[in-house]
This record gives sequence, structure tokens and C-alpha cells, in this order.
Amino acid sequence: MFAAAKTFARTLVALGTLAAAGSAFAQSGEVNVYTYRETKLTQPLFDAFTKDTGIKVNIISASSGLEQRIKTEGDRSPADVLLTVDIGRLEDAINAGITQPIVSPVLDKVIASQYRDPEGHWYGISLRARVVYASKERVKQDSITYEDLADPKWKGKICIRSGQHMYNNALIAAYIAKHGEAKAEEWLRGLKANLAQKPSGGDRETARDVAAGKCDLGIGNTYYWALMSKSDAQKPWADATKVILPTFQGGGTHVNVSGVVLAKHAPNKVNAMKLIEWLAGEKAQHMYADTNYEYPLRTGVPVNAVIASYGTLKPDPLALSKVAAAKKAAAALVDKVGFDN
Amino acid sequence: MSAISSPVNGPASRGAVFSHGLHWTPAVAIAIGLTVAALLALPLISLVRIAAIGDADIWPHLAAYVIPNAAMQTALLLAGVAVVTTVAGAGSAWLVTTFRFPGRGTLLWLLPLPLALPTYIAAYVYVDMLDAAGPVQRGLRALFGWRTADDYWFPSVRSLGGAILIIGLVLYPYVYLAARAMFQTQCAVFVDAARAMGASPARAMRDITLPLARPALAVGVALALLETLNDIGATEYLGVQTLTLSVFTTWLNRGSLPGAAQIALAMLALVAALIAFEAYGRRHQRYQAAVQDSRVTAPVVLDGARAWLALIACFIPMALGFLIPAGFLLREAVTRSLATGIDPALLRHSLTTIMLAASATIVILLLGLAAALALRLVRRRFVAGCVTFATLGYAIPGTVLALGLLAPLVAIDDAINWLSLRVTGASIGLIVAGSSAAVIVAYSVRFLAISIGFMQAGLARVATELDEVARACGAGPLKLIGSVHLPLLRPALWGAALLVFVDCLKELPMTLLLRPLNTETLSTYIYQFATRGSFEEGALAALLIVMVGVLPVIRMVHLAEGSPAAADEVR
Repeated sequence: MFAAAKTFARTLVALGTLAAAGSAFAQSGEVNVYTYRETKLTQPLFDAFTKDTGIKVNIISASSGLEQRIKTEGDRSPADVLLTVDIGRLEDAINAGITQPIVSPVLDKVIASQYRDPEGHWYGISLRARVVYASKERVKQDSITYEDLADPKWKGKICIRSGQHMYNNALIAAYIAKHGEAKAEEWLRGLKANLAQKPSGGDRETARDVAAGKCDLGIGNTYYWALMSKSDAQKPWADATKVILPTFQGGGTHVNVSGVVLAKHAPNKVNAMKLIEWLAGEKAQHMYADTNYEYPLRTGVPVNAVIASYGTLKPDPLALSKVAAAKKAAAALVDKVGFDN
Repeated sequence: MSAISSPVNGPASRGAVFSHGLHWTPAVAIAIGLTVAALLALPLISLVRIAAIGDADIWPHLAAYVIPNAAMQTALLLAGVAVVTTVAGAGSAWLVTTFRFPGRGTLLWLLPLPLALPTYIAAYVYVDMLDAAGPVQRGLRALFGWRTADDYWFPSVRSLGGAILIIGLVLYPYVYLAARAMFQTQCAVFVDAARAMGASPARAMRDITLPLARPALAVGVALALLETLNDIGATEYLGVQTLTLSVFTTWLNRGSLPGAAQIALAMLALVAALIAFEAYGRRHQRYQAAVQDSRVTAPVVLDGARAWLALIACFIPMALGFLIPAGFLLREAVTRSLATGIDPALLRHSLTTIMLAASATIVILLLGLAAALALRLVRRRFVAGCVTFATLGYAIPGTVLALGLLAPLVAIDDAINWLSLRVTGASIGLIVAGSSAAVIVAYSVRFLAISIGFMQAGLARVATELDEVARACGAGPLKLIGSVHLPLLRPALWGAALLVFVDCLKELPMTLLLRPLNTETLSTYIYQFATRGSFEEGALAALLIVMVGVLPVIRMVHLAEGSPAAADEVR
């Protein structure tokens, strides 16, 4: 027994040393990315990065728990970079203590200050807006406010996915940050009363329901509609609907970021910084605009024509950190009004 | 003994076989028991530690607004799925066992196939087909001249009812397989006697078959319900606010990982209590071992309308649970592949998936076999307790289990690193937590219950007299296992291997979080399309899961149906 255990231990150590040697050898040319963004979406970006720099990108993508994974892996974590959407998640990563400041005068020049952490713990890469998909046939108006969505004139006419989904969570958090909890509760109850059906599905199902006449207004992200308009099978749904960029009364449209953090114990920090700066560079930003249909954050890179057809985006001036701060309150409010029930 | 106890025989008969003279056997058995128990205990301890961080503030809120609704929805969902799986699974098993009708032979092969279909894929397919914008409602609108979906009533797929039907129709094979094995063997003698006394098939079903099959049905339904409880993809998409979903929203939105862990642990305690309660409820039931009566009862030949009715009754759940969704995937896969070509990476992902599932299956099989044999040879409460505890892994939602596994896996790596520093002076990376080993460990914790259940059932059918005879002839425990148990366990081994393999193929949440860099399985591949709102683009991958999964299911059916010898071997 003991001899076997010893042999086993020796083999493990030998294997480990080999693995360590292997990774040390490859270290000059690699960067490890943990991502909440789907590989389908990020792979073309990483392929282009590898082509430009010769640095290989290794990926783990998941739907939740990557902060916990990086935190538990500790100082030997292979993670260099965490890519995610939603300001709440970026702040969660910082609160988990898994980040280090990104110091880059290059980035500071091209990313506006409201889309990065003052201390550099996260940087925004692209934007998306939470907008209204409206039936072309049944909705004549071309503008609307988020506040209007609670107007009883829309009773039984609105479709939306779960109020606990992070996209809606951020929208409700923004409402709380702008109007206070009491007003937000009143609004959410009004919106709930206007729903055509229980919240379910995703933004795509919302658009389908508007197109099929189940409801007149749907709430979804900008890029879903653009993706539908570019897909043969889904084009009819895009054709039957139009995108309205709603605004807060006296404000702008609710936007959220996709962003990046640098892992605290990043083993390939130099390459990680190259990747982060590359993602904010001209080429990557064009790809974000034209293949992902997001709003590029680099000043001077134009949005895709489909996205431009929605009209000019006027992002709400509310600081994203305030949205993140109201995240818990928004989740509690959704529970309290029984929004998803 | 285990939470998922023998699908066939109920409680095994007792009797210390090797009570003295073999001093090392109990020690090995205890070591095995401790090993399988540790597999679950380690992640559980790390979950308890997370839960113990506290966050009492969140509970008044959860108790007021979250738990009551979630508990009610979960109870209704589970009750509904129990009814659907029992009616579809036990009903079809009874029909194909008791009667002979045209098409029955084909049905024997088709009825278990929904096993190969992940529930979330079935949910996507049915929403796509039956939603307001789907082909069915479009057709209805065209037919009746309705303009929009607002002009008529159509039941919503995205609802509790929709979830019950979709999940129930995909999971009924768990009940079907357990019930079929039971009806085929255990009940035959009694049913024959009842029929000889003039009882109708229906009366024999009500008074003999059902009560006798209760333990088997309970196991089948329990598996289906635990699968349902683990589900997050289908229920969230269909808008059902389950307790499992509330674990996630509490963690990710309400910002309380401790609160989430507390809900998950409370759910686990409830499941354990229910399982214990069910076992307690039938503590006095004892069944004759299958040795004497493993033969098929005389079938009743149906003709005319009755034959058609039986055929349709069996066809409907199979078509809804398998043919229609698989057909949908096939159509999407073909049109998409013709239009845009096939992603060459799919071959690599398929191989990764199969390799991971196969490696895990071997580990799980060995562990399950060791645990069941330990229990057979050393009937100690402690060993039994360990083995029962280990089977509870099946009752923890995948992502929660994965979160709990992170810390123990990294701790193992820390130990290896320490060893390496001592021996070679070099620090090494995460060779467990950062490799496929993590995924295999996770699969093992979760699916061990299936393997242990099958092995125990298989062993229970081997008369204890055989052990005694072997012992009287001077065989030691290893000889007994090698020459008597293993050959007789072949059907159980195959059954477990196939079911575990299919479950590993379909697994998503644990694979997502624990996989190493650059590792994609078919499930995770589909997932990226699904979150992007275009799951059809993953249709080919979904079809590949179904196809790879169908092969073992067919092999399993072949073993169970093709050779009656499988039952005879037990003698």
C-alpha cells in the first residue's frame, strides 16, 4: 500500500513538473481568459489577436461562478483576464478581491472615463442599450420613456423576460438610482400590471411575441434585434418590429457595459495587458460593432448600420457604479412586487 | 440501503456472510465506505462553510417574498412530473409487458430513447414550435384567418404546465426502465396466480403488480424528480420560479452566496428526509429474491381496436419525448449544415465529450461496484451509512455542487504543490482543479448514486446462499467476487455504465464551471448558442448528443430485452 502511494506521489510530481515545465516554456506566448461571454462571440476576436500578436489565447467560458473559481484557485490561478458583461458583475469581481488595477495611458485615452473604474480595476470594452421592440403595425409612436412603460394605456401589451435576469436587474437598478426606491416600486408594479404574460424566455422570445401579436412592446437588448435582422429564419420577426431607444425622463437611454478585469495573480500579465489594449484597439472595436452589433467604446469607431438605424444613442449620464450599487435593491424589489410570479 | 436503492429488489436480505475469519475485509470495506462518503462530504463541507458565513439579514426577505412562492412552484412541478412520468413510464411498461400487439417490438426499443435528450433542449424545441411565433400557431392563424396571437387562446408553453409536460415526457424512461424490469420478473409468479384465479389484467395490475412494483417505481420516480430538481435551464427558460432558481438568484442578484448555500443545503436536507421517509414507509416489505421467478408472465394478445389503443398509448409519450424533438433537431441540423457547412471543431468537441463521459463512467462504475460489494460482504451500519450518504450527491444541483468542489480540488492541488516543493523544489500548477480531473470528480460525486443503485439491485438478485456455498468451498472474498459476483453482475454493470454515460454526456452546469482551459463539450457548445438566442445553430451538436446517447440506450435495451439469458444468468 505504502509503496504504491509513494510511486503514485512520485508519478504525480513528475507529471506536475512536466506540466509546469510545459507551461513555463509556453508562457511567453499565451494568455488565459476566463469569460462569461460566449466563445462563439469571442473566438473571432481572439483568433484575430493571435494573428496580430502571435500570442495564443486559452479560454474557459461559463455562465456563473468564475469569480469564485479564480478566488479559490488563489495565487496559482492561471487566470489572466476575466471578460464579462454587466456592471454588477464587474463590481462583483472587484469585491471578490480577484482584480488588480489596469494601468494603461493608451486605454485612458480611448475609453471615456464614465466607462472605466476610477481606480482602473475594470475597463469597458463595448456598450449595449436596453431598448423597446415595438410592433410596427400596432405602435405608431417612435419615442417612449422608461417611465411610460408603467402607463396603464399599455395594459396587457408588454412582454419582458425575468426581472431577475441581469439585463433587467440593471435597468431596474438604474431606475432606483434615478428615482428612489418608492418611485421605482410604483413603476415596477405598473409595469407588472401591463405585462401580457408572465416573464419568461429570453429577449429573442420577447421579439417573437411582439412580432406574433402577443404583445405590442417588448423590452430587449440592442444586439438581439440586429442579430435577428441578419438571420434568414429570424428576419420576419425583426421585420415586424422596430427598435425604439427609450429614455429616462430628463435623461438618456439605459446602457450597460461589457468589460474586462485583470486578474490579481495573472501569470501572463504582459500578454494580458496586450490583449486588453488590443480589445480596445481599432480592429477589435470594429469587430464588436460589426459582428456582435454592440456599441464600440473606442471614440471614433462607428456603430454598425443596423444599430445606427435605431437612431442616435444618448446614454443616460448616471454613473454605472450607482447602477451596480442598486443591484441588490433591484433584486429585492423584483421579489417584493412578485414581478416574475 | 442507498438513497437510490435497488430498482428491482427492494431491501436486500440480511445476514452476515463473512462475519469472522477474514480480518482485512471489514477494514477494506470501511475504507471504501469512507472514500465514497468523502467524495460527497468534501464539497458538502465547503458548502457548509460558505453557508456558515451567515447573512441572516437576507432571510426575512427570502421568507416573505421568495421561498413561499418558490416552494409552492417546486412542489407543483415535482408533483406534476411525478404524475406524468408515472403514467407514461409505468403505463407504457405495463402495456408492453402484459400485452402483445403489433408494433410492440419496435416500441421496446423506442420507449427508453428520451433518456438521450437533455431537458433544456426539449424545452427550447417546444417553445420554438408552440410559441406564438412558431409554426403551429402560425398555421392555426392562417387556417382560421386570425390576425395576431391576441385574437385567440392557446395554452402557453412557457408556463408551469408546459414545464411539467416537457420535463415529464423526457424523464419518464427512468420510471419505465425500473417498472419494466420489475413487471418482467418480480411480479410474474403472482400475476400468473391471480390470472389463473380469474382476475382481469387490469385487476392484476391494481392489486398485484402496482403494490409489488412500488419500490421500483419509487426509485424511478425519485431519479426523475432529482433530475427535475437539478434542472435550471429548462425551468428558467419556461418561467417557473423553482427553489433551485432561487438559489441562483440569491447568489447572483441578491448578492448572498451564503444565503444561496443555505437554501441549497436546506433543500438537500429535505430530499434526504423524503428519501428516508419513503424507505421507512416500506420497511416491512420483503420480496422473494428474483432467483426463482425471473420469468415472463404469459402475455395477453390484443387485436383490433384494443391493439391500436395500446400502440397509441405507448407511442404518444415516446413521440413527444423523443421523435418530435429529435426530428426538429434533425431538420435544423440538415438545413443549417447545407447552408453554412459543418463546424469542423464539432468532431473535436464530440471526442472530448465522449472521452470525459467514458473516463468518468469507468471511475463511477468502479466506485459503485466497490461500494456495493463492500456492503454485501461486510454488513455494517457504518458502511451502509457511508454508502447511503454518498448517493445524496445526485440531489444537489450541478452548479452548487461545482461551487462546493472548487475548494477541495484546489486543496488537493495545494497538497500536491507542497509535496512537489519538498521533493523537487519546484512549484507546480493546478493539476487537479485545472484539468479534466475536476470534471470527472464532479461527475463522480453526482452520478455515483446511479451506479451504486444498479450494483445493489444486481447483487440483491444474487442469492446469499451462493456466497455461503462459495465460502464453504473455501473461496476467499476476492475469489467470491471474481468468480461469483462479477459474472452475475454483468447486466447491472452494463445498465449502470450506460445510464451514467448518457448522464455524463448531457451534463452542463458542472462542466461549464469546472472545465479546464480550451475544453468544449457538446453541451457547453450548444449552451453558447442558447444564451445568444439562437439555439438552432447548435442543433447539430444537440443531435450528436442524442445520437451518441442513443447508442448506449439501445445497447441497454438489447441487454434487457434481447437476451432473456440476462435474467437467467442470475441463477
